[in-house]
Amino acid sequence: MSREYLETAIIRILRIAGLFFFVVIVAFPFYWMIVSSFKPLEELLLNPANLGLSFSSIDFGAYYEVLFEHGFIRYISNSVYVAIITVVISVSLATVGGYAVTRLRFRGRTFMSYSVLIVYMFPAIVLVIPLYVVFSRMGLRDSVHVLILVYLAQTLPVALYMLWSYFKSLPLEIEHAGLIDGCSRFGVIWRIVIPLSAPALASVALYTFMIAWNEFLFAFMFLDTPEKFTLSRGVVQLAGSVHLSKQLVMAASVLVTLPVLALFLLFERYLVRGLTTGGMKG
Amino acid sequence: MKPQEPTYFNKEARLAFWMLVPAFAVVLVFVIFPVIWNVWLSLKPVFLEDLGGLSLFEFNLTLENFRKVFCDQDFVPVLKTTLIYTVGGSLLSILLGFMAALLVHGQFPGRSLLRGLFISPYIAPVVAVTFTWSFILDPQLGVLNWLAVNGGLLAQPIPFFSQRWLELDIMGMRLPLPIALISVILFEGWRYFPFAFLFILARLQAIPDELYQAASVDGASPFQRFYHITLPHLATVLSTLFLFRFIWTINKFDDIFLLTRGQAGTKVMTIKVYDYAFGEFDIGASSAVAMVLFGILSLFIFIYFRWIVRE
Repeated sequence: MSREYLETAIIRILRIAGLFFFVVIVAFPFYWMIVSSFKPLEELLLNPANLGLSFSSIDFGAYYEVLFEHGFIRYISNSVYVAIITVVISVSLATVGGYAVTRLRFRGRTFMSYSVLIVYMFPAIVLVIPLYVVFSRMGLRDSVHVLILVYLAQTLPVALYMLWSYFKSLPLEIEHAGLIDGCSRFGVIWRIVIPLSAPALASVALYTFMIAWNEFLFAFMFLDTPEKFTLSRGVVQLAGSVHLSKQLVMAASVLVTLPVLALFLLFERYLVRGLTTGGMKG
Repeated sequence: MKPQEPTYFNKEARLAFWMLVPAFAVVLVFVIFPVIWNVWLSLKPVFLEDLGGLSLFEFNLTLENFRKVFCDQDFVPVLKTTLIYTVGGSLLSILLGFMAALLVHGQFPGRSLLRGLFISPYIAPVVAVTFTWSFILDPQLGVLNWLAVNGGLLAQPIPFFSQRWLELDIMGMRLPLPIALISVILFEGWRYFPFAFLFILARLQAIPDELYQAASVDGASPFQRFYHITLPHLATVLSTLFLFRFIWTINKFDDIFLLTRGQAGTKVMTIKVYDYAFGEFDIGASSAVAMVLFGILSLFIFIYFRWIVRE
C-alpha cells in the first residue's frame, strides 16, 4: 500500500509542476505579445524586463500607427475577403462533391476518395515554385484571386474527406423519402443533407477559414503590390521595415492572431474535429 | 429497336461527374499539375529571367541541375540539418504532446479551459508566433535575455536565433552547442505539440477504466499501470503521429524562414529550394532540390511501412 501511496504523491507533484510549466510556456508568448503592443517604444527600450502593464500607461499608439500609417486596414479587409470567399467556395464544392462520393455510384469512386488524401501529402514548397513560374508567365501571379484558388486546392481534399465521412453516417431513408416525393438530387442536398450536417459543415468552414487566414508562404511569394497584401504578408512587410519598433510588430501580430483565436474559443469543439481530420498540414 | 435510354446508373454517374468536376479541376491545376511541371523544370536549365521566353517549353533536358545540387558544398550539411531538425522536431512535439495529454487527462475543474489553451500555439498564425518568440529571445530587447543577464544567470545575452555555436563550459569541458538549430527545434516542439496532444488525449480517453481497476485490484502501482496499460495502448497512435509529424516537419518552410532565414546553421532543404530560386535565380536547381526532398520523403515512407510498422 505504501508504494501506491508514494507513487500517487509523486504523480500529484509532477502533475502540478507539469501544468505550471505548460501554462507558462504556452500562455507567456501570447501575454507578452499583447502587453508589448500596449507599451510605448521608450518603455520597451528602457525597461525590456518589465513584465507587467499598468493601466495608466496603456498606449494605443502602436495600433493607431499600424492601422492608419502602415496600411493594416487594407490588409485586414483583404484577409477577410480572401478567407470568406475561400470558405464559401470550399464548403459548397465539398458539400456537392462529398455528396456525390457518398451517395452516387460511379466507376472509380473508392479510388477517388483515397486519392484526395494522397494529394494532401504534397508539400507546399514543392508546389510553390512551379506555380510561381506559371503564374508569373501568365501575368496573373500578383492577385488575391489566384491566392484564393491556391487555398481552395489546399483545403478541398480535407474538406471533401471530412464531409464524405460525415454524410456516410446520415440515414439514407430520409433522403429516399425526399427523392420519392419529387426532390431533385440538389433539392435533397439543400433541404435534407445540409440541415442535418450543420456540425460537420461548421468544422469544415472553421478549418478552411483558419488555413486561408494564417497562410504565409503563397501570400509571401505571390503578392507584390502592398494594396493586395493579406495580413500575414503585411506583418512580414512591417517587421522588415521597422527595426527597433517591436511594439508595432506586436500590435500587428495581435491583429492577425485575435480573429483566429476568438473563433477558436467560440467554436472549439468544431475546430478540434477539423484539426484531428485535417491536421492543417502544419 | 429503340435507341437506348440512359440507365439509372448512367444518369447517376453523369451527375456525380458534374458534381465532382469543380473540386477535381482545382486540385488538378493547383496540385497535380505543379508536381508534374516541377519534374519538367528540374530537368532543364531555367533561370528566373527566362520566365518570359519560349525556352520554358524547349525540349532541352539535362541532368545538370541535379549535378549542381549534389556537388554543392552545402549539400551534405543541409541534408544533415534537415534530418536533425525533422527527427528532433517530430520527437519533441510528440513528447510534449504526450506529457500535456497525461496532465489534462482525467476530471478536474478548468480542464476544458486548459485544453483550449494548450491548442492555441497550433491555431495562431505562424507569422505572429515566430515574431513574438524572436522578440522574447532577442539578445538586445528580449525579455528572457534581459532577465537572465540582470539576474546573474548569464554573463552576456545569447543570440538564440542568430548564432551558430554556443560554447558551453561544464567544469572545464568545452561543449559547443548548435544553439540556433536547437532553438528552432524547440520552437517546432512548442508550436506543434498540440497536434500530438489532441490525438493522444483522444486515445487515452478510449482506454477502458476496467483495465485500470483490474490492475489495481491485482496490486499494480500507478507507475506499473502506466507502463503496462497506458503505453501499450498508445503505441499505434505514437507511431502514426511520428509518420505525420515527420512528413510535415521535413516539408516545413515558414517557421525556419521567419525565425532565422536559414542562417546560423539552420538551413534545411526547403530553405535551399527558396535560396536557389530567389537567391541565385536558378529555378532549375530549385526544382531539383524539391525533387530530392520528395525522394527522401518517399524513401522514409517506404522504410516506415516496410520496417517500422509491421502488421
